[in-house]
Amino acid sequence: MAEKVREIKAGRGARRGVKVKVKNPGKLFKRLMGYVMKYYGVHMIIVVICIFVGVLANVQGTLFTQKLIDDYILPMLADKNHDFGPLFNAMARVALFYLIGVASTLIYQRIMIRVSQGTLLRIRKDMFIKMEDLPVKYFDIHSHGDIMSVYTNDADTLRQMLSQSMPQALSSIITIVSTAVSMVILSIPLTILTVFMVAVMLLVTGKLSSLSGTYYKAQQDRLGALNGYIQEMINGQKVVKVFNHEDKAVEEFIARNDELYKNANSANKFSMIIFPINAQLGNVSYVLCAIVGGLMAINNFTGLTLGRLASFLTFNKNFNMPINQVSMQINSVIMALAGAERVFNLMDEVPEEDNGYVNLVNIREENGEPVETKEHTGQWGWKHTHQADGSVDYVHQRGKIEFLGVDFGYEENKLVLHDIVLKAEPGQKIAFVGSTGAGKTTITNLINRFYDIADGKIRYDDININKIKKGDLRRSLGMVLQDTHLFTGSIADNIRYGRLDATDEEVVAAAKLSNAHEFIRLLPNGYDTILTHDGAALSQGQRQLLAIARAAVADPPALILDEATSSIDTRTEKIVQKGMDSLMKGRTTFVIAHRLSTVKNSDKIIVLEQGRIIESGTHEELLKLKKKYYQLYTGNQISGA
Amino acid sequence: MEKSYENIKTGHALKVIFSRLGEFKRASFLTPVAMVFEVIMEMLIPLLMSSIIDKGVGEGDMGHIYKIGIFMMIAALGGLFAGAMGAKYSSMAGAGLARNLRKAMYENIQTFSFSNIDKYSTSGLVTRLTTDVTNIQNAYQMVLRACMRAPSTLVVAIFLSFSISPRLANVYVIAVIFLGIFIFFLMSRVTKYFQKVFEKYDELNESVEENVSGIRVVKAFVREDYEKKRFSRAAENIYNMFVKAEDIMVTGMPVMQLTIYSCILAISYLGARLIVNNELTTGQLMSLLAYCLNILMSLMMLSMVFVMVSMSQASVKRVTEVIEEKADIVSPENGIKDVKDGTVCFRNVHFAYGDDVTKRALSDINIEIRSGETIGIIGRTGSGKSTLVSLISRLYDATIGEVLVGGVNVKDYDLEVLRDAVSVVLQKNELFSGTIYDNLRWGKEDATEEECREAARLSCADEFINRMSDGYNTRIEQGGSNVSGGQRQRLCIARALLKSPKILVLDDSTSAVDTATDAKIQKGFREFIPETTKIIIAQRISSVQNADRIIVLENGEISGFDTHENLVRDNEIYRDIYESQTSDADFDEKGGEA
Repeated sequence: MAEKVREIKAGRGARRGVKVKVKNPGKLFKRLMGYVMKYYGVHMIIVVICIFVGVLANVQGTLFTQKLIDDYILPMLADKNHDFGPLFNAMARVALFYLIGVASTLIYQRIMIRVSQGTLLRIRKDMFIKMEDLPVKYFDIHSHGDIMSVYTNDADTLRQMLSQSMPQALSSIITIVSTAVSMVILSIPLTILTVFMVAVMLLVTGKLSSLSGTYYKAQQDRLGALNGYIQEMINGQKVVKVFNHEDKAVEEFIARNDELYKNANSANKFSMIIFPINAQLGNVSYVLCAIVGGLMAINNFTGLTLGRLASFLTFNKNFNMPINQVSMQINSVIMALAGAERVFNLMDEVPEEDNGYVNLVNIREENGEPVETKEHTGQWGWKHTHQADGSVDYVHQRGKIEFLGVDFGYEENKLVLHDIVLKAEPGQKIAFVGSTGAGKTTITNLINRFYDIADGKIRYDDININKIKKGDLRRSLGMVLQDTHLFTGSIADNIRYGRLDATDEEVVAAAKLSNAHEFIRLLPNGYDTILTHDGAALSQGQRQLLAIARAAVADPPALILDEATSSIDTRTEKIVQKGMDSLMKGRTTFVIAHRLSTVKNSDKIIVLEQGRIIESGTHEELLKLKKKYYQLYTGNQISGA
Repeated sequence: MEKSYENIKTGHALKVIFSRLGEFKRASFLTPVAMVFEVIMEMLIPLLMSSIIDKGVGEGDMGHIYKIGIFMMIAALGGLFAGAMGAKYSSMAGAGLARNLRKAMYENIQTFSFSNIDKYSTSGLVTRLTTDVTNIQNAYQMVLRACMRAPSTLVVAIFLSFSISPRLANVYVIAVIFLGIFIFFLMSRVTKYFQKVFEKYDELNESVEENVSGIRVVKAFVREDYEKKRFSRAAENIYNMFVKAEDIMVTGMPVMQLTIYSCILAISYLGARLIVNNELTTGQLMSLLAYCLNILMSLMMLSMVFVMVSMSQASVKRVTEVIEEKADIVSPENGIKDVKDGTVCFRNVHFAYGDDVTKRALSDINIEIRSGETIGIIGRTGSGKSTLVSLISRLYDATIGEVLVGGVNVKDYDLEVLRDAVSVVLQKNELFSGTIYDNLRWGKEDATEEECREAARLSCADEFINRMSDGYNTRIEQGGSNVSGGQRQRLCIARALLKSPKILVLDDSTSAVDTATDAKIQKGFREFIPETTKIIIAQRISSVQNADRIIVLENGEISGFDTHENLVRDNEIYRDIYESQTSDADFDEKGGEA
């Protein structure tokens, strides 16, 4: 079920960087900038001004070459007047502007760090906060790899874009404009020549990019195919060995590998060739300007002086460079927008709905009446705040849970549970029995509202669970799942996850109750042992014991348990079983049962098949029926086929 | 284990990597040559330009302008040609090196024994074959181009500057030394900071990962707000560290600007003086100013190359480790090509995974199995069942003692012959993408359709195959994701049967098959392949109780080896398991999925 969906998804989850397409780049960009401007509006204005000043400082320096030659060197050469005073003063002015330019570069870069990192921080936080509130279903249909990559890859492209591409693009554009203006001032004909050459460059680049794009796509396809093949074969490497399949595996690999090489070579060739071609076309442009400019200067055409020509040639170089950069940056902005799209998609997911208004509170008896209290009394009650007049009622939490004609499907129109009717009296133990996929886990997931039912009603102490605040509903139901999931932190932290304010004594008491104390005691650091990677250092059984302790410390009024299957050995299993048994005492418990002993002493056994309850009753009652349960019990079941 | 590649010396790793260049040595050599040529051509242009200015414009010589103009054009086009060649050869060298590295790794992986494979995780190997190789490819292309280009730009530009005016060229030398030292210090400080940042980054991602996979736990305990707070703290930490690291990093750009501007001003002023004194021409001053940018930019580029190269260093080591890994089980020369019969004999066998002999997975195993016998093996998880059977086909070698098949030490057989004779159905089994026929024919490449069907019948796979729309031509998806666990197990058994082995080993291979089918399969074995020795590991007593004899393993030692009846009577561990299973049956009815 849910598990399977995830598996299939994960298989094709890996994104294979094929051509990036963004549906609505303008809108995305606006939204992203909205994010930035909301928190960093003033910062951004300063940044733009600083970039502008920085570029102008550079341009004035280049323009100075013209003055240097025309106004100082040439006259001095002609005059034989060697007074360097005016030149020195002029250069001091240029130096001052240069310094201002350097300072503004430093300022804008430092501000930009804060803007980009700060925006990223907010985006991360917002994503996480949003994610925590998403329904469980979201995590079923999205592979974990895909969700993770939003936090890592996509957030990272955003960082790149905000901290690098955007300021660079901005500075490039300002450079282009101011350079163009300066060029026009210096010489219009040469400017036309330069622009013409830029057009040629863009044309060639465009042609080459589309050519390399085709090859690039082919390369990515091959790379994907080869990666898929590698993944499959390495996964099955032991099978390859057992069947002496090594030679054949190599043969198949080489064919795919060579294919990839051919495509990778072509794709790279065309994308790499763009750089030298652009650089050298830039040189051609420079050379043409030098020749034409030289001729113009000799013939004194349009008043082009030597100094102007010198200045112009520098601008010619400065003009070509940012044009190359802009196209590169636009590319990375588009990639970032694709990332932004996924980030915003996550943020736009609809959170779990919670219209509940009944709360779970600790209560205390006062004159036979339940009264709310802050302390942990071990007694619970439902606090019912009437919507009409705001008056408050308290009802004891007893643990009666009933299903009335419940239908459910993970997808619309595809029901996996049909007409479920069952009733658990306070303190009763209900066991679910049936084959894999019969719907046992699904039923338990409905009680705590991981999923919402399609039809029917679920009542908890005669209150429709839709009216109970989700958090409170879940707090009232302790859960021990088959796949445990521990968190990074100490063992004590992990147990305390059940109740954050539990004292050390309470943690140890919970561990003792669940039989986890024994193994924890033997660890070198005891309760302070740090767990990482989902408690990878512990055995499956030990992790299960911790999960039980975690539920125990919460001391919930009702329980949902998923019993361990054969993945742990018999001895540990007995210990785990004992832990579960002591936890169940006195609480309404729903247990997905795999062990006969659990089933046998349940108050009620529900036999499920294909999403329907086919039998229910006590062990003896069901045996008498001599139907499915009897078959299961006697082990004489016929093949399910 | 995972980080053992860190001990490899970088120099050695590079040697290993470059030794795989093979036919791409030529391209690797031609790229830098082309790059140097391109640089020289490019650097000639400003020099020629000064001649246009001084002689052409200065003296009004139009003919000179045309002449030099043509030279400049030739230089630009020559640069274009060289640059294009550089691109061609560098992409060839890069893609080629990547191809050869993948091939070298993959071929070596094929020689790996099980313990070699265990050393690396699957995903680890896949990453080395894919991401790491791509990293190396990119870095290599970059190095080939930039590593030659940047220093040669530096050298050529400074050389030409000196040829124009040694006094002014000194300005560049000073600037280069200053900037070089600055970049070095910057890099060394920044890398340290960033390393820390990335560690924190990993922690943050781990916490997201934990929340994604453990979302049910988070929600069940209503810990959303707690997790949000935890995440916010971690994210803010990262923010602070990033800002600190980047604040240092961004000083690079302004300092660079400052140096360039100082150079321009110094050259302009000093140049002006020299010109006025007739020691320099205007054109030469312009060339010098043009070189300024080239020189300092190439220094920046060089520092980027260093970053890139140091980033790929780990990849280089990881790839090297796989290429150099020595298979610890190899076929002996002139190995015996014939396996006489299906007898198996363990003599004083001890086994330990890895080098730690004190942590024994098996100790003092002595067993004799007759040809054609059916042997069950039972014991707790970790008692050594899988280890025991994997010694028979030399998936691992016994640490002490010897294992004999057909009366001959397994180490004396040709490995392929041995593994053909001993067919193992692994516990963690895999199907491959392709039709069912394709998968079955792993067992016997030229098996006829009838032979395939026969094997499928024996493993009770035919019943569900026949129900599939395309029958035996049904495609199995990657990893066998479109068949259920029980179906996959039966297909794997059929595949193993097609080998017509002398010894058939089933390692917990019917755990997802219901008991009735399980019994049917075993009955088939007895009837149709009586000659074959069958060794069956199982969790369920019902899967082994009809075996001729059953081995009970406990903590890597044999606790009992007898018939079911005798074991129930004499062996406490066996009786324990037996009783727990008959009185406490597993209700997870697995047959339902067939």
